Amino acid sequence: MAVTDTPARPTSGTAPAQAAVRTARPINWPTLLGDLAARLALGVALVFFLFPLAWMLITSVKARSEVTLLPPRYVPFVDFQPVADNYQAVFTKASELGGVNAGANGAGQISDFPAHLFNSVLIAGGATVLAVLLGTLAAYAFSRFRIKGESDLLFFILSTRMLPPIVVLIPIFLMFTKPFGFLEGMAAGMGAGGFKDFLLNASHVSLRENYIGITLLYTTFGLPFVVWMMKGFFDEIPKEYEEAAMLDGYSRVEAIGKFVLPEALPAMLATAVFVLITAWNEFVFVQILNPSQATTVPPFLYAIIGYGQLEWGRMAATSVVFLLPVVIFTFAVRNHLLRGVTFGAVRR
Amino acid sequence: MAAVSAPSDSAAPPVRPRFGRLSDRALVWTFLTPTMLLLLGIAVFPLLWSLYLSFTKFSVINDANTGPTWIGTKNFERLLNDPDVWLRFTTTARFVIPAVAIELLLGFGLALLLNRKFGGRGLLMTLMLIPMMLSPLIVALFWNYMYQPSTGIIDYWLHDVFGLPQILWTTDLNTAMWSLVLVDVWQWTPFIMLIALAGLSAVPKYLYEAAEVDRASGWFKFRNITLPLVTPLLLIAILFRLMDSYRMFDQAYALNISGNVNQVLSVYLYQMAFRDFNTGKGSALGYIMLVVIIALANLLIRVLNGLKAEQV
Repeated sequence: MAVTDTPARPTSGTAPAQAAVRTARPINWPTLLGDLAARLALGVALVFFLFPLAWMLITSVKARSEVTLLPPRYVPFVDFQPVADNYQAVFTKASELGGVNAGANGAGQISDFPAHLFNSVLIAGGATVLAVLLGTLAAYAFSRFRIKGESDLLFFILSTRMLPPIVVLIPIFLMFTKPFGFLEGMAAGMGAGGFKDFLLNASHVSLRENYIGITLLYTTFGLPFVVWMMKGFFDEIPKEYEEAAMLDGYSRVEAIGKFVLPEALPAMLATAVFVLITAWNEFVFVQILNPSQATTVPPFLYAIIGYGQLEWGRMAATSVVFLLPVVIFTFAVRNHLLRGVTFGAVRR
Repeated sequence: MAAVSAPSDSAAPPVRPRFGRLSDRALVWTFLTPTMLLLLGIAVFPLLWSLYLSFTKFSVINDANTGPTWIGTKNFERLLNDPDVWLRFTTTARFVIPAVAIELLLGFGLALLLNRKFGGRGLLMTLMLIPMMLSPLIVALFWNYMYQPSTGIIDYWLHDVFGLPQILWTTDLNTAMWSLVLVDVWQWTPFIMLIALAGLSAVPKYLYEAAEVDRASGWFKFRNITLPLVTPLLLIAILFRLMDSYRMFDQAYALNISGNVNQVLSVYLYQMAFRDFNTGKGSALGYIMLVVIIALANLLIRVLNGLKAEQV
């Protein structure tokens, strides 16, 4: 099917008449039908996979009355008049006061979405930068130096990613509530004084409902992936690369900063995409740990639909806006994606 | 900084290194410590804590002042004798097995169809990546919109256009699980497809040419060349998908399908720990889940290594 069907060559120098018979041979029906069936199957599959994406875009520009209208309207400007109401409702409080179409009362007020988006950018972005930086350094150490129990350490790092996240959610919740609670006990055995006050204050620190805890958590989620991916990349950069630089008088730290990291930058960006996507889309941890402060977009989106308001148009528009940054970043670095999705198992 | 002003040409080596020469040993420590500290603090320590909690009677709400009470293996005994827990395991299997099987067949089939050059292939592959980038939560919420009876587009086509009996996708006890499977298939089939395509494009062409010379049938080529060479990669893909769909939470939570018979393990655990606040018991169930997935993953990895050894 895939191989181009070259006319079979006569085995030896035979009569031209035979060649004429060859060219006029009947249509190969099984091959033709098979090809047709393959195209048909491909078409059906593509509709299945791509239609929901198109439908999300279409829904996002529909007026509220048209979102649930049957028969459905598909083509903007032809079937229905596209409106920006939903996108307006994403950024302003237009929809909260009586519905998208009802009035511009809330249109001047900024909605809660930009604040959540800002949190998402700060938390997911911060975690991505931290995880890629720390993970790359660790990967460099694993790649270039002999480390005792290296394979065990690497396996340990990988195994932390196999855990069902829901399993660690309980202890993380407890730990983040009072991470330094044990200091209270230490302080109790001490005479009054500045240090005791410091310990007591520290024991009340919480990692919930703020940026720090969740960012560190997402960093930890991303680290195993970064270490494994970047170790694979460093293994492919020859050691002589920075050794030559060191012979020229650079220290190793300088050689890494000047020669190795620039070389590894494309790989770091590709790795970053996956850390970013995971952190950007994470839902349950932020829902439990940060329900009211420093909340990212997914719990906010869940609230739009989950509590029975069923504002499908607004949800679609919010999803599109929320998806855009990740899509842009991903397409910018798509060359290494395949390697990323397979945790480095596929090299290309 | 440096006593000797360095020439502006940055490629020229400095006379004296500006950073102190860290010994390699110190460098390794500096590079590894932050990563290890984070993993130990936020991944390992909580896990040990939850192991301890799984042997206690504890509720974050009710026992906040008294703390956990040690009750030995009672949590595990109770959970393993609870038909509700076994029901969730079967339910999870009813989700994981069909989802991964369909994704495998569909993904591999699509890869076979797409494994040739044609116009717009690059664009197509790029578009197929988008479902994987979407938040599983958003995917489930949006499918819920399409599943809506009498206002959703799926119901419109199946019921109003083709005249099939109306399906209550998320509320009918018998079909609810399939609507969850369908969402998962939509989002993750492209993943299997990508990996299968990588495998297919790595099969050396000369093998097919040699088979061509021997006038081998298409089926023979598929069975004896394509399949053996792609299988190891496909197994990796299956491993990933099995682990991910086993712990899938967001889609099930967002789609909120009806019925206890359709509740997967992770949602059950979530409710146990964060709605009923049975913290100790929840930790124990978490550990049971963990042991099961580790056993399954090990089994698959063994099969994988066996296949690799066969090929060498």
